[in-house]
Amino acid sequence: MSMTEHAAGHLPPPRLIRILRMVGLLRESPVAMIGAGLIVFWIAVAIFAPLLAPFDPNVNLQPFAKPGTPYAAGSGVFWLGTDHLGRDILSRIIWGSQTVLFYGFVATASAYAVGVAMGLAAGYYRGWIDELLSRLGDIILSFPILVLYVVIIATIGASGINIVLAVTFASAPAIMRIVRSLVLEIRERDYVAAAKMRGENAWYIMLVEILPNVRGPLIVDACLRMGYVTITIGVLGFLGLGLPPPDPDWGGMINEARSMALAFPHMTVLPCIAISSLVLGLNLLADGLREISLRD
Amino acid sequence: MTDMTMPAATRPVLELQNLRISYFTRSGEINVVPGLDLKLYPGEAIGLVGESGCGKSTIGYAIMRYLGQAGRIMDGRVLFEGRDLYALGDNELRTLRGNRMAMVYQDPMSSLNPTMTIGEQLMEVPVYHFNATRSEARERALAMLEEVNLPDPASIMERYPHQLSGGQQQRVVIAMALMAEPALLIMDEPTTGLDVTVEAAVLDLIAELRRKHKTSIVFISHNLGTVVRICDRIGVLYAGELVEEGPIKEVFDDPRHPYTRGLLCCVPTLDADKYSSPLTPIRGSVAVPRQRPPGCVFAARCEHRQDGTCTTAKVAMQYAPASLRHVARCARQDELPPLRRAAGDDDSGSAGEIRHEDVVLRIESLKKYYEQSGGLGLVTGNKVEVKAIDGIDLKARRGETLAIVGESGCGKSTLAKVLTGLEDVTGGRITLDEVDLTDLGIDRRPDDVIRRLQMVFQNPDSTLNPSHTIGYTLERPLRQFANLQGEKLHRTVRALLKAVNLPAEFARRKPRQLSGGQKQRVAIARALAGSPEVIIADEPVSALDVSVQASIINLLAELQSERQTTLLFISHDLSVVRYLADRVAVMYLGKIMELGRVANVFAPPYHPYTEALLSAIPVPDPNVKTRRILLEGKPPSVLDRPAGCPFAARCHRKVGPICDEQEPPERRFGNGHRIACHLPPADLNKMESVVMQAAAAE
Amino acid sequence: MLSFIFRRLALTAATMLAVSLLVFLLLELNPGSVAVKVLGPYSSEEQRQLWLEANGYLNPLWQRYLEWLGRMVTGDFGESIRFKVPVAEVLWPRLWNTAILAFWTFAVLIPLSLTLGVLAGMREGSRLDRAISITSIITTSIPEFASAVFLSAIFVFGLGILPGTSAMSNGFDPLQLILPVMVLVLYDVGYVTRMTRASMAEVMTAPYIRTAVLKGIPFPRVILRHGLRNALIPPFTVIMLQINWLLSGVVVVEFFFAYKGFGALLLEASLNQDIYLIQACAMVAVFVAVTTQTLADIGYTYLNPRIRLQ
Repeated sequence: MSMTEHAAGHLPPPRLIRILRMVGLLRESPVAMIGAGLIVFWIAVAIFAPLLAPFDPNVNLQPFAKPGTPYAAGSGVFWLGTDHLGRDILSRIIWGSQTVLFYGFVATASAYAVGVAMGLAAGYYRGWIDELLSRLGDIILSFPILVLYVVIIATIGASGINIVLAVTFASAPAIMRIVRSLVLEIRERDYVAAAKMRGENAWYIMLVEILPNVRGPLIVDACLRMGYVTITIGVLGFLGLGLPPPDPDWGGMINEARSMALAFPHMTVLPCIAISSLVLGLNLLADGLREISLRD
Repeated sequence: MTDMTMPAATRPVLELQNLRISYFTRSGEINVVPGLDLKLYPGEAIGLVGESGCGKSTIGYAIMRYLGQAGRIMDGRVLFEGRDLYALGDNELRTLRGNRMAMVYQDPMSSLNPTMTIGEQLMEVPVYHFNATRSEARERALAMLEEVNLPDPASIMERYPHQLSGGQQQRVVIAMALMAEPALLIMDEPTTGLDVTVEAAVLDLIAELRRKHKTSIVFISHNLGTVVRICDRIGVLYAGELVEEGPIKEVFDDPRHPYTRGLLCCVPTLDADKYSSPLTPIRGSVAVPRQRPPGCVFAARCEHRQDGTCTTAKVAMQYAPASLRHVARCARQDELPPLRRAAGDDDSGSAGEIRHEDVVLRIESLKKYYEQSGGLGLVTGNKVEVKAIDGIDLKARRGETLAIVGESGCGKSTLAKVLTGLEDVTGGRITLDEVDLTDLGIDRRPDDVIRRLQMVFQNPDSTLNPSHTIGYTLERPLRQFANLQGEKLHRTVRALLKAVNLPAEFARRKPRQLSGGQKQRVAIARALAGSPEVIIADEPVSALDVSVQASIINLLAELQSERQTTLLFISHDLSVVRYLADRVAVMYLGKIMELGRVANVFAPPYHPYTEALLSAIPVPDPNVKTRRILLEGKPPSVLDRPAGCPFAARCHRKVGPICDEQEPPERRFGNGHRIACHLPPADLNKMESVVMQAAAAE
Repeated sequence: MLSFIFRRLALTAATMLAVSLLVFLLLELNPGSVAVKVLGPYSSEEQRQLWLEANGYLNPLWQRYLEWLGRMVTGDFGESIRFKVPVAEVLWPRLWNTAILAFWTFAVLIPLSLTLGVLAGMREGSRLDRAISITSIITTSIPEFASAVFLSAIFVFGLGILPGTSAMSNGFDPLQLILPVMVLVLYDVGYVTRMTRASMAEVMTAPYIRTAVLKGIPFPRVILRHGLRNALIPPFTVIMLQINWLLSGVVVVEFFFAYKGFGALLLEASLNQDIYLIQACAMVAVFVAVTTQTLADIGYTYLNPRIRLQ
């Protein structure tokens, strides 16, 4: 840390330095590095999808082409083949990464926003608020998760925003439980009592005194949960409850090609590899981060 | 303790030869013990003392050959009954452990298997070491439990560890260690974490068993007083090195290493107070073994250091003049000035004169009851009332230090929480000057009232928010209470740091970059930020090493007298209380048993509980004898509080049934000295002092 | 202990009641949409009104809920729109099929994951531990539908030794169970293994294990008597909770392999807006989940003397 004399010297180092330091930490765990690598790969694919995808993902070009077949009616090669409607699978996987990452991130973030707020309130106030929120969470969590999704989607219909809503509804209680148990532990620390002893209000204590100290386990959990949400989005697509066609989404691709899976395995295997590698990346990163956090 | 001189020809039970131990972490090798030589003869007990991080537990586990994956013996040998332990095969080692050599651990609760009955755990020893049948093993276990003075051994056998109290658990662990009559017993802080009266009973038991079984003991402790009670010899460790070693009496009468002297001078004794003999803390903090200096390890903290003599070459052990057994590792040991230890100053009480009756904080028949749900705290469940504080009256005067002393569970910490408004009041009244605090929980107190009554917490590791810098921690109350901004704010932060003897750069640091003592200084600075009238300090030094403890105590005393703040000092440590306080309240099970000036409370007449507490303190001076008072049983829980005197069930001076049935009357002895006891004042006045110098005792 | 069981059962009943309210509100809050689902999108407004009146849908909400609840409790789930038979008639056989699938899944999952978890946790950081840990991360990263695709590609398309569907159209065929069980086990074994490993690793660093070792008793005894007994308490709960998870997993697996079980039924009901069947499936699934959770809690309390003998 540089020791420059400055009026604002009491402040912690700027955000950029802290992020760089985090990345430096990753170097200590090869597992986390591989995980982060997989995630960065898919993020790059999603961002540069328009440049990377060789074909329009929604145009019917040449049905049932095996991987490596050249495009008969034009230039280019179907490196990963085409599906039953003749759409290029590579392009659909590349564009599909956008859908998965976008909805995966938005749904996880939304579940976190709700779950953290509930967990902070339940853990900090305790009493009837805690009782109410915890019981509510117990009820939602007593549903087998997919049963809950199926019921919700059957009720409100399949769309992107509904998937985000369903994921938030089903995952927020689990996040609340984690946050609540962390808060219950932290709120007994003396520094929380010290904050009360200078007349801080509840919001300040929850957001400034408690929340920063639970972020470690929460980052690990967020990685795991985003992997889980990715799987959920895939499963819903696979079950035909996901995003409406024709825009590419990995789960939906598998669903559409399911009946032809035995004759044309490439149609199903490749999207499965895509989704598994993304989830693996998130899980490895979570595991590595947990290991690093346990070292100190 | 009788000094058992061993014939020189006897073979030692344990011999450590140039033992060198390192831990391997991700950042490389840490040499914890650089080379240790030690001999222990049959029947001998040696105490290894030192502060945290000095390697004493590591040595204990190295003797058991149980260093874990990270620890390794780099050099030297451990000879047990002449055999090199580190050359043994796994099976040979197994037949020694628990049989010829055994260990007693620091935390008895976690050392016992929670899902096995006590009996099963004890019986394993004879079953696996002597092929005993179950009934033989059972008999042996019962006999051992009897021997460690556990009531009703048969029923203890059937119980699980969590069903016993801490003291009982430790007796079980001791029984387990002695099951096979080992030749060597390693005891790693066996009484740390126990209440002082329980500790005294366990120490007595160890001393008794030692006489009976003639077991050799390595007694590891940070508390010099406990070592004096048990051992014949003492070894003082600093940063993994033995800096002084010899017979207890010789070492205490003539400590020849400055670190030993430092340890002796930084703990308050029962006859010292802040006016007569200030504590001398050891400066700095325990050295990190990674940075081992070329010369004396203690040089960096030593006030007698002489560059060259002490800092260039390794210092060898040297015998004290006219002694064959007392050695010290100090190059200047013959040049050290004579040691001034805090001597009993009979008129010390007069120094603590309180000049006026200006009461700041008034507590009247205060009650705090908790509703505790029986069972698992599910939706329904029977509620039990816990009377944590059951009607206490106290007045704290401006500028005085009022200590509240008692064992765990006596309600002293609850009192702090109730006064600060962190917990609600059940009954009674609290007033701060003219403000009635009774119904003002912390959320409802106006900022100015909060400012006037501040708190210093016990645990240095949780007192500061690890996410915030020290600067932020100190700025925040200044903004809240004094509305300071900009340069003025930073100036005040620097001034606060200076007041607690910390450099201004610390404002930029995070708590994890600070040592325990430094964190506690910041916590004190934070409490001072709003210039409070009353500071409540809940065990502020109990988690600190003794050498650091002294400097924090001195800091509190200094700041308090400078600023004329009222200090409510809550502690379990009578010696610290004796040193720091002007007045003392002794609490037991939510009630005040005795209250008065410090000199009056620590001298007869005593409340029988105070008498027992005082007698239980392990005094770090072999020349001071205490009259031993054994307390029966364990403290009754706050759940089934007796109708009469709460102490009646354990009292050694019980008058009769009246003690169980009626609340004790308050006996007054002048100077504000009050004792709540059924004993007539005449009997109370006849009591003798618990502490006596050896000369008087003989 | 008895009062604890009683209280726990009361809590279970309360949870079920709340769940029923939630299901009811989700699916039947708007009577109009119920009518559309039952009568189909091409029914006329009049037909719907008549149907609503005839079936008591014009009564106040609370009255409808109570009547609905009464029917649920007595096992009268109404008539399936898709199958045109009482819901109970389709539901129970399907549930039985799923129970068979679940039984074999657990029969493989429990011994496998406990063994792997204990082996990994016994020597934390060893090569075996790392291998098991990394493998379990990989297997938990592959969603069920993906491992179904991969395993089918290998065993059905590649090697041709297993059947690709499990419809059991010609009677019960154990061969057709292999792939569904494999998929379910593969996804879940990693999770249970990691939980067991964590528990075992924590127990192995506990001071009472040190006490046992330094007591000089043989190492196998330390592991079996002192280690396992304590280490298996948390996995017990985890395994019980896997029944809840399995009810999710079977939806995907049964759909993929065309296995005639409960999960496929729920999905079919949902895709066809078969509202009464959805209700029944949801209620049954939650009932199973809540019951196992209760058993898990009671069992945990029983296994743990620290709670049992409070």
